[in-house]
Amino acid sequence: MSTAIKDTQKMIEEVLEAYPEKAKKDRAKHLAANDPSGQCSACQVKSNIKSRPGVMTVRGCAYAGAKGVVWGPVKDQITVSHGPIGCGQYSWWSRRNYYNGQTGIDTFGAMQFTTDFQEKDIVYGGDKGLDAALHELKELFPLAKGIGILSECPVGLIGDDIEAVAKKVQKEFKMPIVPVRCEGFRGVSQSLGHHIANDTIKDHVLGTGQLDTSTPYDVALIGDYNIGGDAWASRKILEEMGLRVIAQWTGDASVNEMGIAHKAKLNLIHCYRSMNYICRHMEEEYGIPWVEFNFFGPTKIYESIRKIASLFDDTVKEKAEQLIAKYKPLMDEVIATYRPKLEGRKVMLYVGGLRPRHTIGAYEDLGMEVVASGYEFGHSDDYKRTYPEMKEGAVIMDDATLYELEELTRRLRPDMVGSGIKEKYSYHKLGVPFRQMHSWDYSGPYHGFDGFPVFARDMDMTVNSPTWSLIRRKK
Amino acid sequence: MKAMKLMQVKDHNDLFREQEYLEQFERKREFERPWPAETVQEVAEWTKTEEYKEKNFARQHIKINPAKACQPLGAIFCAAGFAGTMPFVQGAQGCVAYFRSHLNRHFKEPLAAISTSMTEDAAVFGGLNNMLEGLENAYALYKPKMLAVSTTCIAEVIGDDLNAYVKAARDKGAIPKDLPVPFAHTPSFVGSQITGYDNQLKAILSTITAGKKGEPNGTVNIIPGFDTYTGDYREMKRLLDIMGVKHTILADVSDTFDSPNTGEYKLYPGGTPLAGAADSINARATIALQKYSTLKTMEYIRKEWEQKTAVLPPIGIKNTDAFFEALSAITGKPVPREIEDERGRAVDAMVDSHAYVHGKRFAFVGDPDLLLGLIGFVMEMGGVPVHIVCTNGDRKFEEEAAALLAESPFGSEGKVYVNKDMWHLRSLLFTDPVDLLIGNSYAKFLWRDTGTPLVRIGFPLFDRHHLHRYPVIGYQGVINLVNWVVNTVLDEMDRKTMHTTSFDVIR
Repeated sequence: MSTAIKDTQKMIEEVLEAYPEKAKKDRAKHLAANDPSGQCSACQVKSNIKSRPGVMTVRGCAYAGAKGVVWGPVKDQITVSHGPIGCGQYSWWSRRNYYNGQTGIDTFGAMQFTTDFQEKDIVYGGDKGLDAALHELKELFPLAKGIGILSECPVGLIGDDIEAVAKKVQKEFKMPIVPVRCEGFRGVSQSLGHHIANDTIKDHVLGTGQLDTSTPYDVALIGDYNIGGDAWASRKILEEMGLRVIAQWTGDASVNEMGIAHKAKLNLIHCYRSMNYICRHMEEEYGIPWVEFNFFGPTKIYESIRKIASLFDDTVKEKAEQLIAKYKPLMDEVIATYRPKLEGRKVMLYVGGLRPRHTIGAYEDLGMEVVASGYEFGHSDDYKRTYPEMKEGAVIMDDATLYELEELTRRLRPDMVGSGIKEKYSYHKLGVPFRQMHSWDYSGPYHGFDGFPVFARDMDMTVNSPTWSLIRRKK
Repeated sequence: MKAMKLMQVKDHNDLFREQEYLEQFERKREFERPWPAETVQEVAEWTKTEEYKEKNFARQHIKINPAKACQPLGAIFCAAGFAGTMPFVQGAQGCVAYFRSHLNRHFKEPLAAISTSMTEDAAVFGGLNNMLEGLENAYALYKPKMLAVSTTCIAEVIGDDLNAYVKAARDKGAIPKDLPVPFAHTPSFVGSQITGYDNQLKAILSTITAGKKGEPNGTVNIIPGFDTYTGDYREMKRLLDIMGVKHTILADVSDTFDSPNTGEYKLYPGGTPLAGAADSINARATIALQKYSTLKTMEYIRKEWEQKTAVLPPIGIKNTDAFFEALSAITGKPVPREIEDERGRAVDAMVDSHAYVHGKRFAFVGDPDLLLGLIGFVMEMGGVPVHIVCTNGDRKFEEEAAALLAESPFGSEGKVYVNKDMWHLRSLLFTDPVDLLIGNSYAKFLWRDTGTPLVRIGFPLFDRHHLHRYPVIGYQGVINLVNWVVNTVLDEMDRKTMHTTSFDVIR
């Protein structure tokens, strides 16, 4: 074991001292010093395991995964938060899944529909009310292309049969009515919600859409939620490569796109964690190959473009090279502008599905080093993809608690931290530059050639804001 | 110092209006199979009609863009108002993630709160183990002086026995025998955040004042209610100090949600000191500044503490006058000249600005207590309340609001809609337009759809910074309300007259 790994393991042990015995034993499995070779067994973290009660996990729930990530961003269907008021209210337009369309008329993304369960619904069941609610929606929103029913905790606990309601109404309305069993108590995090939601796409929508023409260049862009327009920036690259993006999931997605993805020649997946399930299904069922890509920062973008192009003919390969040649001067200019201001700065990341590893290259393009990274709801395959991206001895953390994040920050002294809204303001109080890496702090896009300048600008404004130096720290 | 080199960077605000993106969006439509533009336009026009309004108001089963949150959010908010107190939620972890995010987004402040992370096994076997380990971990890691327990849906549906669980945790030594652990039942399917606040406050007060009845201490307790303006808490303390009234603010969130940046992160940056809160049972009187968020608590205080109680929401001139008169009667202290001068300045502001509000028609959406204050204030300015939508209002609120409207000739057009939502309000704004809309950040969709200028007052305010730092209560609050309302009118006037002869410098 190298010194770097030993030092980090020692630091982790110190941090864990504060826990009671049982929690300490458990948490020790989730924090490790990175071994890029993946050989050191002590350096592998356990993941996708239930959080300890009472430790302030950052995680959300299955409903959050199904609503906030997979189904919520689909624009021309109505997503009903079925159950009490809270879940729908708190997830209402908080992720900025941009779309085109007329909200409330033919698109419904920035709206909150809920059956608003009352005590009587808990006692007598909510199925009848759900049936009636769906009919009210059909009448008020005749242009909706489908309805998703996302069940909250009580719906599962009282044993309502939302599938039966959906089946009945689907026959009447002749459009997809999708029951999604994503009650928040299921599973250990958002992750199960992604899986459940993927299964419902497979069962209710995939294969139902219409596509008139077909080309050898048809691809589907999977696992981009269009935060701040990310998917559009990615789509631009794919189109310039000569590919035809027939479906975009699920940011700015329409029901028809969800229904024709099986006609793609290749599935391109950005957020592996949330959508690998459907790609695997399409591979088995329709023989569609899939490939992961990463459009954060020029190094990874070039790599990904070449990887994707290699699966097509020479026309695409040529266009790919032309594309890289076209954008390289702009990327070089971004780096020349921002790298001098960011060189050598240390970054700590704690985010969700893909960003803990996908953004590392973009930081490195700017001369920054990611010294710690971790996932709220990653699985072992995510971590396996992460180890080689990071330096030896960097901290890998799974399901980190607020306490751990704070203690690791004290010891690692990062120059900036990238995490979510729940972490943001405690870092502000600590005087540590912080950027939200779920929502891009309402900026974006960060994907693609158009996204990298925004990413670089935002990291510069984060690290180099004069406001940090105004904080009068107690001696 | 080296000059800064700036680069022209286009983010989403400009990027997606560029031609190549507009073309991309057009190409994408082939796969989207959207409705024809005429159909969309036709339906859009139809949604503005009386016919649509009727259908919209006939719905019973779906809520669309409601204006309320759920009980445990209010409970956590309340718990965060006590010193050294960790809000502790028995339930599924996703809920707490949502409560924290929601409050973080409004206040731009950190909030610590704990979940017991109940999952399938707890749903089947009950949440005892989650509670035991949760209390032990939370106590060890975060060293609270009090753990204030509330519940989410899951614990309520399966019927967890909190009393027995807390006792078991003490017996097992997971937490000290003397650590206060009040608990409140707060499922999302009952009430809203204002009832959750009430339930948690009652739970906390009854726990920490138990056995503390003693000599009267001469103080006055103030209960702000579910008030998300940190400026209000500071304003109330300032006013009471000026008047020389010894006081205890119960659930004082001002420092929790507006703490100084010192380069140090404090889990418990403020709150009502627990000793002071325990002694609140011996106060001279308790005044609540909101009614609907303190119903149970105030009833408990009146009956169990045998204390003089009053509900005196000090929003607007008349309400603030009533507050000071009552406070003066309770304490025997006169209202000082300084406060009388503040009143004069507030009235002066109203008189100076009245011309821009008089006869203007208003729509409102928000929580019951805030709405009552705002309706009164608007009528004092000569404004005309027209549509009043309150998703978490009940029949009593409806009656009280109607009575308030009946008190003024300016209230004759006002109609109150309880249990209705912002999609109902959208219909109202199309069929019977108004000049101004008062509501939270989500009301900006109504602004976009109907063009009604929005004054952001209420909760949550996600899209404007720092508004919550300004008081809306007291005479200073009146000046802030005048400022926000009148200057919204003037902004709108400038926008509308931009290319006319009426584009004036002096208004």
